[in-house]
Amino acid sequence: MKTKVQAGGVSQSPVIDIQDLSLVFKTADGPVNALHEISLTVQRGDFVSFIGPSGCGKTTLLRVIADLEQPTGGRIQVNGMSPHEARLARAYGYVFQAAALYPWRTIERNVALPLEIAGIGRDEQRRRVDQFLELVELQDFKKKFPWQLSGGMQQRASIARALCVRPELLLMDEPFGALDEIVRDHLNEQLLKLWLKTNKTIVFVTHSIPEAVFLSKRIVVMSPRPGRVIDIIDTNFPTQRTLDIRETPEFIEIAHRVREGLRSGHD
Amino acid sequence: MPEKSPFFRQFRTAREFVTIVHDNVHVMNQITINTSYTPLVSWQRLMAGSAGPVTVMVIILIVIWYIAVIFMNTPWQIDKFKRAHQQWTTWELVQGTMQQRRPVIPAPHQVLVELYKTVVQKNVTSRRSLVYHSAVTLSSTLLGFLTGGLLGIFLAVGIVHVKSLDKSLMPWIIASQTIPILAIAPMVIVVLGAIGLKGLIPKSIISMYLCFFPVAISMVKGLRSPDPLQLDLMRTFSASKSQVFFKLRWQSALPYLFTSLKVSVAISLVGAIVAELPTGAQAGLGSRLLAGSYYGQTVQIWAALVAASVLAAGLVSLIGVVERVVFKRMGAH
Repeated sequence: MKTKVQAGGVSQSPVIDIQDLSLVFKTADGPVNALHEISLTVQRGDFVSFIGPSGCGKTTLLRVIADLEQPTGGRIQVNGMSPHEARLARAYGYVFQAAALYPWRTIERNVALPLEIAGIGRDEQRRRVDQFLELVELQDFKKKFPWQLSGGMQQRASIARALCVRPELLLMDEPFGALDEIVRDHLNEQLLKLWLKTNKTIVFVTHSIPEAVFLSKRIVVMSPRPGRVIDIIDTNFPTQRTLDIRETPEFIEIAHRVREGLRSGHD
Repeated sequence: MPEKSPFFRQFRTAREFVTIVHDNVHVMNQITINTSYTPLVSWQRLMAGSAGPVTVMVIILIVIWYIAVIFMNTPWQIDKFKRAHQQWTTWELVQGTMQQRRPVIPAPHQVLVELYKTVVQKNVTSRRSLVYHSAVTLSSTLLGFLTGGLLGIFLAVGIVHVKSLDKSLMPWIIASQTIPILAIAPMVIVVLGAIGLKGLIPKSIISMYLCFFPVAISMVKGLRSPDPLQLDLMRTFSASKSQVFFKLRWQSALPYLFTSLKVSVAISLVGAIVAELPTGAQAGLGSRLLAGSYYGQTVQIWAALVAASVLAAGLVSLIGVVERVVFKRMGAH
């Protein structure tokens, strides 16, 4: 496997390469199989969604990629490195379910936080903060404090914060899960545009079928007890798509297949 | 969303935590300075704000005080009339209870007169000036408060960051406060005096000993208050321990810090006053209290008590002002 990747050249190597990955949590009630023998590759420029009911390990898998959890078995590489090295190299940006903006920092200083930590100079910080706040259309709110912004705006600010270190890889853990339907639809469209504009690799965790089908190039359907992958579905929608495609037969067919997968995993 | 943020959740509970201390000090403060009352204002309008209820409460307290003065000082007044073989009316008796030189309880106006004499009429460098004695107490209060506060912060930082310190230091910090330091303060002062520590330093050591505890306990809690999500975020940025401290833990701990500082500064003053008792009545509010009780000068004692409460109120509200300024800059709403 490794020789094949090297033969294909660096540009061909997957951003995320997971082989037989397992994670067992030791709890007071005995071991819990959070992830069971998961194999998965994510190619450069992919938009991959993990979907599944709660407890299926989709968030845990994302946290393993981000080096926030340690696997107990199998092999994982991020950008050809271990997740730990990838984290230290700041190879990814992570967006949590909650915006987790620091309430004592203005929006621009929140976005600048990872840059400050990376030791990037003030001028460059300012340039990048402006650039990414413009990308998420928050340039007029940079002097505001988080509580002055709506939930959707806060989450956009947290996306700008994840992007401003210019990672190749964006990991998103149910970023719109706490938002209402209308805001969520709007942000889905914006995220799609952002993906096309920036050419990032995005791994996206969700429990919403329409969200997963609309956004993804590939959908990884997962199932709980033990957490495992039960189906991987490729979608082939045009890159310049709007929410209208949710009414097309192709969309409904894929959504149906996802739902079937989720259902079979439950039995 | 902002309501859910843990920072402000702490902020609110922290505010609740100090209410008791703060309110008490506030009332003491009001006794001495708030005597303006206009009966022409309608009752409802009066009770609408906070000034109205506070004023009414103060008036009630002053009335109770005067009644207590009459009852407590009556026996001695009757004695006095009898010894002089003098007839007295009830009104003369009541008047007499409020004019004694060494009353059991001095009347409020007597305390005010004493305060006027010792604050306004005396040169501030005079040993008879209450301002001079307050300044002596204030200096050791502040020194003890600063050193104790810093010690508390350093201990908390160590405990939060070094696991072995958490296990080893915390029990000792708790145990340190089981010693009734106020009761043995005179002994400590004498011992410290014997090894050559005199004046400001031993007094502020007592204050420091009292001060570091609430600061250390609160700061341990405060520095640990960031939730897992905020810490995970720092991890995804691969932040160093010191970056996590200066960019997350410290800010999260500030509400806890200010709460504990308010408690600390008040007990620092108590420590300083108690530490002044055995110094042979040289200087400070404590020595004024001691001298007052030695010579039965109750008016002097009460004047010193009022000065101490004004000092405490001033210090606590000063920290409150700093707290408000800091939180305003940190975007609190």
